[in-house]
Amino acid sequence: MEVPRYWRNRNQRYALVGEVCPHCEVKIFPPRDVCPACGQDAKTKFSFSGRGEVYSYTTISDAPAGYEENAPYTVALVKLEEGPVVTAQLTDLGQEPVSIGMPVEMVTRRIRQDGGKEGILVYGYKFRPVMAVAR
Amino acid sequence: MEDKPQSLVLKPKLPVGIIGYGAYIPRYRLPNTEVSRIWVGGARPGPVKEKSVPGLDEDVVTMSIEAARNALARAGICADELRAVWVGSESHPYSVKPTSTLVAEAIGAVPHIQAGDWEFACKAGTEAMVAAIAMIGAGMGRYALAIGMDTAQGRPGDDLEYTAAAGGAAYILGPAAEALAEIEGSYSFVTDTPDFWRRADERYPSHAQRFTGDPAYFEHVTSAAKTLMSGLGSQPADYRYCVFHQPNAKFPQRAAQLLGFTNEQNKTGLLSPEIGNTYAGAAIVGLSAILDEAKPGDRILVTSYGSGAGSDAFSLRVTDKITGRQEKATRTREYIARRTEIDYGTYIRYRRLFAE
Ligand SMILES: [Zn+2]
Repeated sequence: MEVPRYWRNRNQRYALVGEVCPHCEVKIFPPRDVCPACGQDAKTKFSFSGRGEVYSYTTISDAPAGYEENAPYTVALVKLEEGPVVTAQLTDLGQEPVSIGMPVEMVTRRIRQDGGKEGILVYGYKFRPVMAVAR
Repeated sequence: MEDKPQSLVLKPKLPVGIIGYGAYIPRYRLPNTEVSRIWVGGARPGPVKEKSVPGLDEDVVTMSIEAARNALARAGICADELRAVWVGSESHPYSVKPTSTLVAEAIGAVPHIQAGDWEFACKAGTEAMVAAIAMIGAGMGRYALAIGMDTAQGRPGDDLEYTAAAGGAAYILGPAAEALAEIEGSYSFVTDTPDFWRRADERYPSHAQRFTGDPAYFEHVTSAAKTLMSGLGSQPADYRYCVFHQPNAKFPQRAAQLLGFTNEQNKTGLLSPEIGNTYAGAAIVGLSAILDEAKPGDRILVTSYGSGAGSDAFSLRVTDKITGRQEKATRTREYIARRTEIDYGTYIRYRRLFAE
C-alpha cells in the first residue's frame, strides 16, 4: 500500500498540473521545482490543456501487478501541446488503430486498485483519441 | 389541509439558473439483441435498441469528472469559484469515501467547498440540483455543481440487464443574470413506495415487477409535473421541450402523453432507445441533449423519478446566453455517436461479472 504517495501526487495525477518557469516560460511536467531548460527555480503551478499527440507507443500484454485486468493495453509517449512528453496509457480506442502523430486528449480514469478488493482505487490521467469539439 | 399549488412550488429568494452543463456517455454499446440471444435464444426484442456500457477504467468518479469539466467549459468560470460539488448516484465506487471529494479535487474545486454524495435511486442527481438551487438562491455562494451519474447494473438474465446503462450530466447553478437557462420553479412529490431496492450488501437490485408502472413511476412523475405546472400557471403547450426519467422507451412516452405533451416536445430528450437507462443520469442527460439544441425563449419541463419513490420537476426558460456556449464542450449527441458495439462476452468482462 502506497496511500501517502498517491495522496501527495494527486494534483499532477488527476489533472496534469505541472509548473511553468517564471524565467524562461518553459512548461514542466512532472513538476520538479527546477527548470530543466535554464536551471533556475520554477515553482509556479501550471495546468496543462491535456491536448497532445502520440509520439511513440507499444502494446503491453504481460501487465505488471495491479494492471492485469486491463491487458492487453497500449502505453504511449504523448507529446503535450505545451512541450513536455509524458508516458501514459491510451484508453477508449474502440476499434481505432493507434498511429504516430495521432491527436489525443487527457481524461482522468481508474488506473488500478491497490491492495485488491479492499484497497483504494487509484485514479490518474490517460489519453484517448480526440473527440470532435470546437473550443 | 388543502394546499394551493402556488404555495407548493419551490422558488429561491434570489433568481437562479443554469450557468453551465455537460454530459458524459461512455463509448461502448451492448445491443438488446445480444442480451436476448444469450438468455432467451433471441426470442425477445428487448425494451430499447442498445445500452451504453462503461470501459474497464471508468466509474461514477471518472464519468463525473468529465461531465464536470464540460460544464465548467460552458460556464466559463474557474472551478475554485464553486462552493459545492454534489454527486448523485446509486453506483458510487466506494461505500465509505465520497465520490464528490475525488471529483472536486480533479477539477480543482477544493478546498473551500461543500462536498457530498446524494442518494435517492434515479433522482439523486435532480435532488442535488434542488439543493444547489437553494444554496445559490439563499446567497450562500455564487456557484454550485450538481451531478447525476450512474453505471447501473442488472443481475445477468434479469429484465434490468437489457436497460441498465451508464452516463449522466453535470449542472452548474448560479445567479439567473448569468444563466443560459433560468429556473422558473421546482416541485418534488415523494411517498414511501417499495417498487425497486437494493439492500446494503447486495450487488444487484430487486424490483416488484407489477408495482413499477402505475402506482410508482406514472403516479409520481405526473403528479410532480402537474403540480408544478399548475403552481406556475403554465400548460404543456407553453413548453418547447419536455423530458422525463426514462427507464425504457415506453414509460417516458406514455408519461408525456398522459400529461398532454406531444412526441415532438418529447423526442429531443428521449435518449433511452439509444443508450438505455442511465438511472440518476437519465432525465438530466436528456436535458443536456435538449440544451445542446435549445434557443433563447424556449421553455423546458424536466421531471425525474427515483424509486422508493419520488419525482423532482423543474420548469426552465432558456436565455440568450445559451448562444455561443453550446459548442464550448462535447455535445450529448457527439457522445452518443461515438459508438463501439460489444458482444455479451466483452460486456461480462467490462462489467466484471465473472463469478468470484
Ligand atoms: Zn527556465
